[in-house]
Amino acid sequence: MASSLKIKVNGLVHPVSASLDTPLLYVLHNELHLHGPRFGCGLAQCGACSVLLDGKEIRSCVTPVAAVSGREITTLEGLPALWAKERGLTGSAPVLHPLQQAWIDVQVPHCGYCQNGMMIQAADLLSTTKNPTDEEIRTAMNGHLCRCGTYPRILTAIKQAAAVMAKGGK
Amino acid sequence: MTGLIHERELSRRSFLRGSGALVVGFSLAGALGAGRASAAGIDPFASNGPYPMNALDSWVAVHGDNTATVKLGKVELGQGSLTGLLMIAGEELDLGLDQLRWVHHDTDVTPNQGPTVGSSSIQAGGKQVRAAAAAAARATLLSLAAKQLGVPVSSLSVDRGVVSGGGRTVTYGELIGDKLFNVTVPSSYNLNGSGGFGGPAGLAAGAPLTKPVSRYGLVMTSPPRIDIPDKVTGAYTYVHNIRIPGMLHGRIVRPRGQGAYGGGTAPPIVSVDERSISHIPGARVVRYGNFLGVVAPKEYDAIQAAAQLEVTWGQMPTIREVGNLFEGMRADDTAGKAPARIVVEYGSFDRAFANAAHTLEQSYAYHYNGHLPIGPSCAVADVTSSGARVFSNTQDAYGTRQNVKDALDLVLGAKALPLDRIRVTYYEGSSVYGSAPYRDAAQAAAVMSALVGAPVRVQFMRWDEHGWDNYGPAQLTDIRAGIDQDGNLVAFEFSALGIPYWTTPATQQQVGGTPVFSALSHVDTTISGEQYAVPNRRVIGKSLPLENTYFKVTYLRSPDAPQSGFAAEQAIDELAYMAKMDPVAFRLKNVATPTSPVPDVAQRWRNVLVNAAKDAGWQPKVAASRLSSDTVVTGRGIAFGHYANTMTCCVADIRVNKKTGKIVVENLHVAADSGLVVYPGGARNNEEGAAVQGVSRALIEEVTFDDHHVTSLDWVTYPMLRFKDAPAVVVHELQRTDVPDPAGPGSRSTGSGEPALPPVAPAIANAFFDATGVRLREAPMTPARVRGVLRAAGVV
Repeated sequence: MASSLKIKVNGLVHPVSASLDTPLLYVLHNELHLHGPRFGCGLAQCGACSVLLDGKEIRSCVTPVAAVSGREITTLEGLPALWAKERGLTGSAPVLHPLQQAWIDVQVPHCGYCQNGMMIQAADLLSTTKNPTDEEIRTAMNGHLCRCGTYPRILTAIKQAAAVMAKGGK
Repeated sequence: MTGLIHERELSRRSFLRGSGALVVGFSLAGALGAGRASAAGIDPFASNGPYPMNALDSWVAVHGDNTATVKLGKVELGQGSLTGLLMIAGEELDLGLDQLRWVHHDTDVTPNQGPTVGSSSIQAGGKQVRAAAAAAARATLLSLAAKQLGVPVSSLSVDRGVVSGGGRTVTYGELIGDKLFNVTVPSSYNLNGSGGFGGPAGLAAGAPLTKPVSRYGLVMTSPPRIDIPDKVTGAYTYVHNIRIPGMLHGRIVRPRGQGAYGGGTAPPIVSVDERSISHIPGARVVRYGNFLGVVAPKEYDAIQAAAQLEVTWGQMPTIREVGNLFEGMRADDTAGKAPARIVVEYGSFDRAFANAAHTLEQSYAYHYNGHLPIGPSCAVADVTSSGARVFSNTQDAYGTRQNVKDALDLVLGAKALPLDRIRVTYYEGSSVYGSAPYRDAAQAAAVMSALVGAPVRVQFMRWDEHGWDNYGPAQLTDIRAGIDQDGNLVAFEFSALGIPYWTTPATQQQVGGTPVFSALSHVDTTISGEQYAVPNRRVIGKSLPLENTYFKVTYLRSPDAPQSGFAAEQAIDELAYMAKMDPVAFRLKNVATPTSPVPDVAQRWRNVLVNAAKDAGWQPKVAASRLSSDTVVTGRGIAFGHYANTMTCCVADIRVNKKTGKIVVENLHVAADSGLVVYPGGARNNEEGAAVQGVSRALIEEVTFDDHHVTSLDWVTYPMLRFKDAPAVVVHELQRTDVPDPAGPGSRSTGSGEPALPPVAPAIANAFFDATGVRLREAPMTPARVRGVLRAAGVV
C-alpha cells in the first residue's frame, strides 16, 4: 500500500512509497539507496542497521518507517554533515566525521559490514559523553556485534575521535 | 551515487541492447578481454574464463595514463589481501599503490587462482601475481623501452612507471597503453600450475627474475588498506547492495533450523497453502521439488510472505540432541560406525607409551561452531534463456559457476546453460570465514530467477543463516601420551573422531540433487604433535557416519585446528604438570628440533614460543602452583597454534569468577611466524581479529539442536563475544626473509588470515587450570561448564 509519508534523512525530505509498517531499513536501502545501514539480523540484536533518530541510535530494521516521520534521521552517509552542523559550520560539509577518520587511521574494519552501527553508536555516545572512559565505551558499544574481532581497534578509534572532537576537529 | 551504479551498469535494457560497459569499473574493453573477440561489455552473460595462466594479458593491463590494472583471482574479504597483492605487483613493476587498480573476481575477466581459502591469497596467489602481473610484465615493458630508447635493458631504471635510460624517459603507458601484450609468459616464470592452497605456481619473494628482497620499498611496509575508506563512508558496494532493474526480492522458505545432512537438508514438502500469502502485493511462491521460496517486488513483502507462507514439512531424521552429541560419537565409534585410519605414524608408540614414566589418557570435546557473517548470505541472479549472470560473495567464483550450473541443470534440464554462459561476479559480502552458505544463496537466487523469469535478489534471514550454515565440525579427541623421568615427551597418540565434510549445497539437494557424502573426516596432522620432537607418534582419524546423523560441516576459519589444538595443547600442559615443570620450559625442552621427524619447521616453532613468552613477560612457575581461595581468580596459560603453514603461539591472561563460572580473557599475546610478511599492518590486523574470534569460539559459541533440527537461530540462542568481554590483543608478526620456499628459490610467505585463532582456546583452557587447578576439557568453556567442573572438583 503506497502512502503519502515523507521522511527526513540527512537533511533532505524524501517521499516514501513503502507501506507504513515497513521497517525504516528497507526504505533507506531500497528507496533512498543508502548503503550505510545494513541488514544483519532483522531482530535488533546486532546493530548493523543502526541510524541516528534525533541524535540517538536506533535499530532501523525493527523501526516502522511511519514512526520516524517528522523527525531527523542521520545515517552513516550523513555523519560528516552532522559534524559540520555541530561545529556551526555552514557550506560544504567536511569529507569525514572524526569517527570515520579515526576508523581509517586505526585501520578498524575488516569486512566492515558491522562498522556502520559501530560508528553510529559511537557518534551517539560522544554527543553526550565527550571524554568517555574505556568502561563507558565498552558499555555503550556492547549491543553491537562484530564477527571479525575489531572491538579492540574500535576502542582505540573512539578515543582518538573523542580527542579530536574535544578540540573542535583540529 | 553509489546506490545507482548498478542500475546504470546493469540495466536490463542495456543487456538486451548489448551496449554499454557493464560491471568493470573502467572502460578498457580491449585489454581486459585477454585477446578474445568478445570484449567485456558487449555480452553480459559471456563467461569465457579462466584464460591461460601463462598469457600475460590474463593478469595485467597497462593503461595510457601510466596506471595498471591487476586481475586478481583472489578476493578481498576484509583480510587486506587486495592491498597486499597490489603491493606485490607495485613492488615488481615499480609502480606506486596509487597507480594500481584491480578488477573484481569474475569468471569472464580474472584468472582462476583457486578459491580464496586456507590463508592462500599472499602465500600462493602472491607468488602468481609476483611472477605474472609483475615480473613478466616488467620484463616485457623494459624490453619495449630498451627498443624505444635505444639502450640495453641493463641500463634502464624505473620509478613510478617512468623508464629512464640513455638520458631519456618513456612511461609504461606510452609503451603499451591500453593495448594487449600478446605475450606468452616463459615457463621460467612458473605460471602453469595450480594456485589453490599452497600451490607451487609463481615465484617466491626474491627468486631469480624478481626484484631482490633487499631492494624492496613497498612490500614489507604497512600502507593504509585500499578498501577501508569506502567502508567507513558507506560508499562501499557489498553484494547486498547490487540491484538490477526489474529485480524481484526473494527469500528462501525452509524449516527453522536444518536437520542432519541428507534427509534433514532437503526435507519433503507435504503441502504449501499459496492462499496464505495472497494478501501480500505481488508475492509469489517459487517451488521446484523440495525447494521453496517466495518472491515479491518489494523486499519487506518478500520477508512477510516467507514468514506467513503456510507449509507442512515432512519429518526430519531423528538425531541425538546436543547434550548427547559426544556420547553419541562414542557410541558410533564403539558400534564400529567410525572407521579408523592412521594418517601419521613414526617410531613405536605402543612400546614407548607402555614404558613411559608418566602417562596421560584424556578426551577433549569441541562443539559445532558456525560461520555466521553479520550480514547474511546474499546473491543476485539473472537467468535468461541465453545466459545467466550471478553476483555473489563467493570465495571461489569459478567453483560457484559450477555450483550454479549444477542447480540449473536440474531445474532447466534440456534448456540448461553451458558453463561459458554462466557468469559469476564477486562482490564482497560480510565476514564469511570459510564456506558460509554463499553457494547455497547463489543457487537459490539462480533457481528462483530461472523459475520466475526475472532477476532475483536473495538474502537469507538471520534464522536461515544460523539455521542452514555449513558448520565447523564438532570433534571428540582422545589423547594418550607419555613422558620419561626427565620430562622428555616420548610418546604421543592423537585420535580424532570427526565428521566428514559435506559437498552438496541445500538448494541443490532440494531441487533434486543427490547429496554427495565425503567418506573421510579431516584430521589435523600438524597441531597434533608435529610441534614437538616426540620420537614415537601416531595420529588416527576416525570418520563418523555423516548421513542422517550429523550436520553438514565444512571449512570454518582455521578448519579443524581449534578443535585439535584445544585437545593437543591441553594434553601437553597436563604432561608439563605431571613433570612438575613450567609450561614454557616443558615446551622449550620438547619443541621440535632440526633432528625431529619434521625438521624444516623446527626453528619456526621455537621462535614463536620464545617470542610469545617474552612479549607476555612470562614468569616461570608450575601451573596452578599459586591457587587462591578468592571468588575471582586469575590465571595465565600458553599454547601453540598452527594453520596455513604458519606457526603461532599464544599467551592468555584470564579472570574467572568461580561463582558465576564466567571466564573473561583480559590479554592475549600472539607471536606468529608467517615467513616473509608482505603486508605487516594487514597481517597484524587480520591476526588480531582471528585471536578475538578465537576467544568467542572458545568461550561462547555453540550450535544447539534438539532431536530433529538446529535450535540456535539468532544471536541470543547462538551468542558471540561482545564488546565488554573483548580482550586486549598484541600480535607480534615475526618478519623473516630466511624461510625457504618449498617449491623453488626465494623467501616463503605463509598464511596470516587464520593461524592466530587455533592457540587461543587451549591457551585459555591452560590459564583456567592455572587459575583454578581444575581442567575443563569441553569447549566452548561456558559458565555452566565452568561451574560444573569446579563443583565436581569440590572447588566451589
